[in-house]
Amino acid sequence: MSWDLVATNIASVPVLAFLLGVLAAGLKADLRLPDAVYQATSMYLLLAIGLKGGVALRESSLTEVAGPVAATLVLGVIVPVLAFVILRVLTRLGPVDRGALAAHYGSTSLVTFTAALVFLDSSDISYEGYVATLLTILEIPGILVGLLLAGRAMSGGDKRGWSEALREVLLGRSVLLLAGGLVIGYLSGPNGYASVEPFFGGLFTGVLALFLLEMGVLAGRRLGALREAGWGLPVFAIAFPILAGTLGIVGGLVAGMSTGGAMVLGVLTASASYIAAPAAVRLALPEANPGISLTASLGITFPFNLVIGIPLYLLIAEWLAGIL
Amino acid sequence: MDTRGFVTCITIVAESIVESRLLEGLTASGARGWTITPARGSGPKHQGMSEIEGGSIRVEVLASATVADRIWQLLREDYFTNYSIAAWEYPVQVDRAERYCDPAPPR
Repeated sequence: MSWDLVATNIASVPVLAFLLGVLAAGLKADLRLPDAVYQATSMYLLLAIGLKGGVALRESSLTEVAGPVAATLVLGVIVPVLAFVILRVLTRLGPVDRGALAAHYGSTSLVTFTAALVFLDSSDISYEGYVATLLTILEIPGILVGLLLAGRAMSGGDKRGWSEALREVLLGRSVLLLAGGLVIGYLSGPNGYASVEPFFGGLFTGVLALFLLEMGVLAGRRLGALREAGWGLPVFAIAFPILAGTLGIVGGLVAGMSTGGAMVLGVLTASASYIAAPAAVRLALPEANPGISLTASLGITFPFNLVIGIPLYLLIAEWLAGIL
Repeated sequence: MDTRGFVTCITIVAESIVESRLLEGLTASGARGWTITPARGSGPKHQGMSEIEGGSIRVEVLASATVADRIWQLLREDYFTNYSIAAWEYPVQVDRAERYCDPAPPR
């Protein structure tokens, strides 16, 4: 593995800010952003990604996008089912907790995706502009499949919880801002985007660094819970993203995407949700222990992907592009 | 004329994720209003996802004893088992007590 890539990735300001947050949590220092600032930066990132993706989508043809969209939908179903099955082998968790984890790993992480784009941009590696569309699409099916897998094990089920969860997934901040941003970007085009670019483009990496500082604190606080998790969960939280990421890369390459684009799809399938999925799972599967899913997705998988996974998926994509 | 009287004040501290569901339940129990403020803290269960999104909320409801009983029933049936939630009640003296106690039929 090229350690230069890992070193380049770690030396970026957003990733270093994340590590500072983890360190602060370890030292029990208070670096948390005020809640309103955290919410606002999260909204900013979602809308900025949506806008930029919408402008790029305008430059893509339907035939070019159809294959990757289909691949993303298929991956959105396969990945949570795989997670559910593999967790049965690796852990002693019951079906409800396995379904909750499957929902988290079937969905995706905006911040990991964003960090991957920043990494590709700084390495001068091109990728398709419509990847933000794939991000928006992948937010949804994984959560629903995970909930369905867990739901099969529940007696009766709480219909109200399900309709609330569905509403949370479809009308929650993540999907609404991403999809809304895509539409606005698509309609306003490059000229319209140029007028907001200094705010949504120019400040983007700085705001990402601020957000990652906060995520570092949250992830660092989760590390303490690892001691209670046993060995199966950490193994899953590191090995599964590599497997799912490789599947995503294969899917992207088969669907005709470039090496950079396939790597981004790999990052999308490798990353686990810690915003949209926890909310939906909490409503639909109240019996599931949210500590387990958050420890895995936020405490282990997110830092792993951010520091090692992103360059690793690029190497896997370059290797597979040479074979396929 | 002294228009003061006693009603029950129920305070509920809960994960904010259940806010809309809880408020629907309060309305259905006959509560006529409430005050919601953000809350921070820790509890024996502490298994919520509150530090990620939305934190916790503190809901205060002024209600008649009958409505308060229905609210306790609601909390026991739907919330205490699976959610990080705390609730307590005490009698409070208010002006215009009937404002909080008009019998609103449960929906």
